[in-house]
Amino acid sequence: MRLGAAVLLAGALSLSACSAGSLGSSDDAAGGKTQITFLTNNDPANVKVAEAVIAAFEAKNTDVDVKLDTRPQGSEGDNLVKTRLSTGDMADVFEYNSGSLLQAIAPSTNLTPITGESWVGDLDETFKKVVSSGTEVYGSPWQTISGGGILYNKPLYARLGLQVPKTWADFMANNAKIKAAGTAPVAQTYSETWTSQILVLADMHNVSAADPGFAEKYTNNQAKYATTPAALAGFQHLEELKKAGYWNDDYASAKYNEGLAAVANGTAAHYPMITFAVTAIDTAAPGKTNDVGFFALPGTDAAKNGVTLWEPSGIYIPKSTEGDKLTAAKKFQAFLASPDGCAAQATATSLGGPFAVKTCKLPDDVATAVKDLSVYVDAGAASPALEFLSPIKGPALEQITVEVGSGIRPAADGAKLYDEDVKKQAQQLGLQGW
Amino acid sequence: MTTVTETVTEAPATTVPEPGRRKSPYPYWFILPGGVVFTVFFLVPSVMAFWFSLTRWTLFDQEFIGLDNYVQFFREPALASGLWHTLVYAVTTSGMKVVLGMALAVLLTGPILGRGFMRSVAFFPVLVSTIGVGLTFQILMHPTRGVINQALDLIGITGPAWLVDPDWALLSVAFVDVWQGVGLATVIYMAGILSIPGEYFEAAKMDGAGAWHRFRNVTLPLAKPATVSVILLSLIGGLRKFDLIWAMTKGGPGFTSDVMASVIYKQYQAGFYGLSTAGNVVLFLLVILIALPLFWFFNRKEDA
Amino acid sequence: MKTRTSYPLSGLAIVLFGVVFLVPFAFIVLTAGKTAQESALLDFSWPTQWAFMANLQAVIEARDYLLIIAFINSTILTVASVTVVVILAAMAGFVLQRRKSRFTRAANLIILSGLVLPPAVVPTIWVLQKIGLFKTMPGLILVEIAYAMAFCVLLFQAFIAGIPKEMDEAATIDGAGPLSLFFRVVFPLLRPIIVTVVVVQTVFIWNDFTSPLYFLPGDENATVQLTLFNFQGQYASSYNLLFMDILLVTVPPLIMFMIFQRQIVSGMVAGSVKG
Repeated sequence: MRLGAAVLLAGALSLSACSAGSLGSSDDAAGGKTQITFLTNNDPANVKVAEAVIAAFEAKNTDVDVKLDTRPQGSEGDNLVKTRLSTGDMADVFEYNSGSLLQAIAPSTNLTPITGESWVGDLDETFKKVVSSGTEVYGSPWQTISGGGILYNKPLYARLGLQVPKTWADFMANNAKIKAAGTAPVAQTYSETWTSQILVLADMHNVSAADPGFAEKYTNNQAKYATTPAALAGFQHLEELKKAGYWNDDYASAKYNEGLAAVANGTAAHYPMITFAVTAIDTAAPGKTNDVGFFALPGTDAAKNGVTLWEPSGIYIPKSTEGDKLTAAKKFQAFLASPDGCAAQATATSLGGPFAVKTCKLPDDVATAVKDLSVYVDAGAASPALEFLSPIKGPALEQITVEVGSGIRPAADGAKLYDEDVKKQAQQLGLQGW
Repeated sequence: MTTVTETVTEAPATTVPEPGRRKSPYPYWFILPGGVVFTVFFLVPSVMAFWFSLTRWTLFDQEFIGLDNYVQFFREPALASGLWHTLVYAVTTSGMKVVLGMALAVLLTGPILGRGFMRSVAFFPVLVSTIGVGLTFQILMHPTRGVINQALDLIGITGPAWLVDPDWALLSVAFVDVWQGVGLATVIYMAGILSIPGEYFEAAKMDGAGAWHRFRNVTLPLAKPATVSVILLSLIGGLRKFDLIWAMTKGGPGFTSDVMASVIYKQYQAGFYGLSTAGNVVLFLLVILIALPLFWFFNRKEDA
Repeated sequence: MKTRTSYPLSGLAIVLFGVVFLVPFAFIVLTAGKTAQESALLDFSWPTQWAFMANLQAVIEARDYLLIIAFINSTILTVASVTVVVILAAMAGFVLQRRKSRFTRAANLIILSGLVLPPAVVPTIWVLQKIGLFKTMPGLILVEIAYAMAFCVLLFQAFIAGIPKEMDEAATIDGAGPLSLFFRVVFPLLRPIIVTVVVVQTVFIWNDFTSPLYFLPGDENATVQLTLFNFQGQYASSYNLLFMDILLVTVPPLIMFMIFQRQIVSGMVAGSVKG
């Protein structure tokens, strides 16, 4: 028995030295090509875009071979990125969020600045800000800018003779008519808590319009959600809609796909959402993508109404990339800020908004909602969401908004709770004044 | 079982015995290989993490802040309810697994058809990954379209909204936890029951004991090691449970199914690494506070 | 032990088990057989179009046959880890149970902490890097063994307690040294609990996705749980492929258990006769 156990042990240990390697994928770079690894999330739609971009890039840069590496999405993937950066084990070039989330990975310590590159001047100004830290720029854009607001069912609006509302009062009036006609006015999908935040977060443009210094004051702990009427309005809107009974019947358990299907098919009139969702409408409700329009969240002042923007993720190069790989990685980064890069992305997916590169133009066959969004952007009636203006975003917001939207917690209370929540984040970032 | 009646004398073949010292047949070095792996790859990192609970840690740099993280953790608004939820969850799931596990084990070691197949069926849920279980039950527990409520409707009961009802969310996850884990408890119990020598059951039957009496006086006491294992493991597991709760409700709706582990995970998610590590230390102390006395209680009884 | 099969009891068992355990399984199978659009509805219904084979093919081919690589990796990881941890934990559990001293009591407390402390990911990576085993299969195996030790030692201890010490003494008198005593006398008696430990740890390690994610990253090193993420987008999921993947990933451990549970019985019977 002793001998048997020993043999078994030895066998197990030697077996452990093997690993399956890869089957059916391309060979390692041979003969003169530089190979770089590109890390992005493994959402199937995202992987499609990545593969298209890599193919187009390799066609234009035959001396570079890009190997795609993927990570899970959401917080698990987030932590993976942070872990790999901190242990010096990141891919040669990787995709990650911009704005406040970028600040959390300490760009000045971990990333290679590319401020002087020629293409940096082609970047949309706001985007440039959200991929910068201090005076250095670190990233090029991955996919498109999105707008947050209300997706609405166009045929329903036409049938009931409704106009796109410019103020909150108009919006509520529309909702009353819709409810009277027997359709759920606003869809909510609390099974996926991130969707509950839209009514608060997408109101940022209205907040900034009413109170221009809000973002900065907020960062310095001089302004709060609970005590700033314009900011509190977002929470109050949730409360109001719930009290008026304007949600869909299954709001507490509905999923994101169901919300999209509802607004596309007309079983709900409105769905507060960000326009990147447009790409998923076809799977949820085939062929109905262009029945969905978009308008910005209405505030109190029709003249100052505009859309809140979500900036795209960025493509960054960690400090650990050196030599030939660094040169190749920089080329890859530059590719994504070029018209060829934009075109490659457009072939792999339907776009959810305009590009963050001034030299890229939107194709004509984009979804109706995206066209509606572009109108706001072109007119300049657009500004970024708070997470792109301030490094602080509390982690519990989506739970709080679910509570307010479900009637478990009053709006004023929810706002106060959120203010408490961001305190931790501010302290974690070592900000002054907290 | 034969009992050795002769006293064991020093075997002359061994080395010259020093007064009072014998080469033990239970050498310490047996613990060495396992102990080394355990220490290097588990204890050492855990101790290092403990150090980080005293700092503000962003993974990239750290700032020593003493017990601030702990103070902050105790001020966490969701903590008090999280603590209560944790206790409720642990006791509910552990209790159900102990009782149902034993019941199923007795059933599956009893006179029924197709025992082998049934055991596999009972154990099957343990094998399915948590993501699969969480997703499947989210669908089955849908308030209106889920099969469970539709079935209840057929017999005239309006089922609660399960995962989206603030009052039921935690318990709903507990039920699914038991569904998934009872098979494991059953297997441990089966191992215990099947190791009871048949003679005891025969003797009891001959004394005229009915099925329930046989269970109470033979099975239950002699399956003690199994019961202890199941209680300890399911209680500790329940106090620390995270995967399933996260997969099914993420602590929602709102904060109503948040337990300590999910509170800690959200802090980790938000990048508050020092804070969440402090939270883990607190959770660890809580579990030890509950598990250790139980452990001693059971072990003392065993030595007797 | 002669017992008549009780038909009413059997009937009850079948109905109970069918409803409680098989209904969810049925849902998984049905959804795995639907087309993408239909599966998105997440209804408990028979597929209008039976897409089982198509889904099977799609899942296996996804991402350059990632699933096959993942299966190989998971198998190596699980077999190696479980084999080693059974031997090491049994040895440790044996001494800890038999030899009561201050040292072993302290060791027991540390083991209990092993059940409770959550693994610290980043420091573990540092340790692996220092030893040079980071991002290697042996490194991941050692980590899985370390995580499994506490649970296995506890189970072994509990069951060795039921093996009479007289057996050890009889063997020692006959001149057996510790290794002989353990591997020739005690180990075979541990058959039932070894089988339990093997089954439980196989399942646990097979289903573990965080450890491979952090300690053996990279697509060529993927294990089966990670493939589930490929079909789950944060914003759009292919439920039919996801459930097909769940099915494929669950079936090997299920088959293993179905084979082993017969072993449990034969092992138990042998044990009870000897007792």
